[in-house]
Amino acid sequence: MKKYIFSRFGYMLFTFLLIATFTFFLMHTLPGSPFNDERLSAAQKAMMAKRYGLDEPLAVQYFKYLGNLLAGDLGVSFQFDGRSVTSIIGERIGVSAVLGAQSLIAGTVLGLLLGIVAALKHNTFLDYGSMIIAVLGLSIPNFVFAGLLQYWVGVRLQWLPVAFWEGFEYSILPTIALAAFVVATIARFMRNEMLDVLGHDYIVTARAKGIRESLLIIRHALRNAMIPIVTILGPLAVSLMTGTLVVEQIFSIPGLGEQFVKSILTNDYPVIMGVTLFYSFFFILIVFVVDILYVLIDPRIRLTGGGSRANG
Amino acid sequence: MRMDEAELHDGLFELSGEEGRKKQVRASVPTTSYWKDSWGRLRKNKGAFAGLIMIGLILFLAVAGPYMNSHGFDDQNLEHANLPPKVPGLEKISWLGMSGADIRGVDQYEAKGVEGYYWFGTDSLGRDIWTRIWEGTRISLYIAFLAAALDLVIGVAYGSISAYYGGRVDNVMQRIIEVLIGIPSLIIVILLILVLQPGIVSITLAMVITGWVNMARIVRGQVLKLKNQEFVLASRTLGAGDGRLMGGHLIPNTLGPIIITTMFTIPSAIFTEAFLSFIGLGLQPPIASLGTLVNDGFKMMKIYPHLLMFSSIIISLIMVSFNLLGDGLRDSLDPKMRK
Repeated sequence: MKKYIFSRFGYMLFTFLLIATFTFFLMHTLPGSPFNDERLSAAQKAMMAKRYGLDEPLAVQYFKYLGNLLAGDLGVSFQFDGRSVTSIIGERIGVSAVLGAQSLIAGTVLGLLLGIVAALKHNTFLDYGSMIIAVLGLSIPNFVFAGLLQYWVGVRLQWLPVAFWEGFEYSILPTIALAAFVVATIARFMRNEMLDVLGHDYIVTARAKGIRESLLIIRHALRNAMIPIVTILGPLAVSLMTGTLVVEQIFSIPGLGEQFVKSILTNDYPVIMGVTLFYSFFFILIVFVVDILYVLIDPRIRLTGGGSRANG
Repeated sequence: MRMDEAELHDGLFELSGEEGRKKQVRASVPTTSYWKDSWGRLRKNKGAFAGLIMIGLILFLAVAGPYMNSHGFDDQNLEHANLPPKVPGLEKISWLGMSGADIRGVDQYEAKGVEGYYWFGTDSLGRDIWTRIWEGTRISLYIAFLAAALDLVIGVAYGSISAYYGGRVDNVMQRIIEVLIGIPSLIIVILLILVLQPGIVSITLAMVITGWVNMARIVRGQVLKLKNQEFVLASRTLGAGDGRLMGGHLIPNTLGPIIITTMFTIPSAIFTEAFLSFIGLGLQPPIASLGTLVNDGFKMMKIYPHLLMFSSIIISLIMVSFNLLGDGLRDSLDPKMRK
């Protein structure tokens, strides 16, 4: 077990280093430059380059960059003069985190309910209804859904604010837009797991012992069905991450996603790099936690030597 | 397993002796191939079948749609800008929004003195949305199919080689995959597009760079299961080489999972392309894809909702259809589900 965690940790570090390296070199081959201003003379451009350390050899820049990274220093934004990328991320992440957490919680609760109902009422109207919702939630692109919500609920019906971030009611539409994918994924997953668990012998045994149906569902079926849900945390995290990029833009929410898109449009490399690394780190950490959790929770998973991926 | 009375039917039992053998011969049905069997199951799946028909229809319109009226996808006519949709026949039904009236109820066709019809309306440059949507669908599908095909080729080759040779080869190849799988692919795609500049080829390539990993893992899993089975041993005994074993026996037997995976790659590629357009990294005008059309629609959403509606509906329909078909194929092709 220790060996397994250790090797996963090694992978995590290596993957992160790889992404950091990849990001660094990609950013240095980019065609655009923030100093592409015709009013600047060559001397001024050189001064700017020197100030941001762009005149040094690439290798020096690379190792400096890695060193700074270890210290949590992601560089200084080109766009916002003198502001560090870390402080920009720090300022913006709060809103995105609230939005993401709200969507994750709301989506998980609703998804679990839908999935459980669908499994218990297998092959009934409720089952089909839940699965139709799930297919729609998985299929309809989040920006399309967000746009439709904004148009119908915000503009036409005027029930909820169309944009900005000034209170709870402002977060409702973006949360729904983001949660749709979570609901759909969890509902489908939960339904299949529940159906699988309900077919097992120990459920029959429990039922034969005369246990109340509600207790049977909660204590025996639900508990076991929920274990594999940790495995879909990865895709969910990714969907929330990419979701915030577009949803924040659509609803003009001052979160990290909106900043990232803005930085792409203004060629603000340090911010793009910083946010990319931040997102990657977040994702890699989740993959690591899921790998470990899964082994800890489910004793049926056998570990094979050499740290290869466990198969359930 | 609990069994009801009804489940214990006669078919579960066999008569022994001569009597039984005769009966068995009579009861036998013509054997069906795996593919015929799967097709039968797929046809019974209403959702998947509806998805299949919808995909057929959308493919047809993506090819023929732009030629169904006289407007070119890039024909600008500023006098005809921002016209709401108007369809012959449907224009009489007021609630459908196909009457040529804008959101305030003014018939723009009359107000601007426009003869003729724009089925899905026009955009701010007076271009016909119907034509542009189907041109865009064609581009989106083209990117998606190309990406899926490349994923397939790379993934199948990588996965089958890794599994077939096993040992150290497999070990090294799997370590690479394990690193790649930990990388958030969308981030890499965004970074690559920043460098390569948006275009059909660069968007496709960026998606393929991380996209093939999934296919490789699935093919590897299947080949690992198959490679020690007797038919492979038999073929090897008869002198088949590695290439023949892989191409002639192992890969054909993993076609089911390969098709299923491809079916899910296509909608995700369509989504990725549209997503890139949305964050400003999409195709550049005059080329349009569904993603750029949805994005354009957003800018004028409040005044001219038709710009957003049709492209949104079409892209959602494509995604739903492919997902339904993919689900159906998974149920019908997966041998584990065979009853």
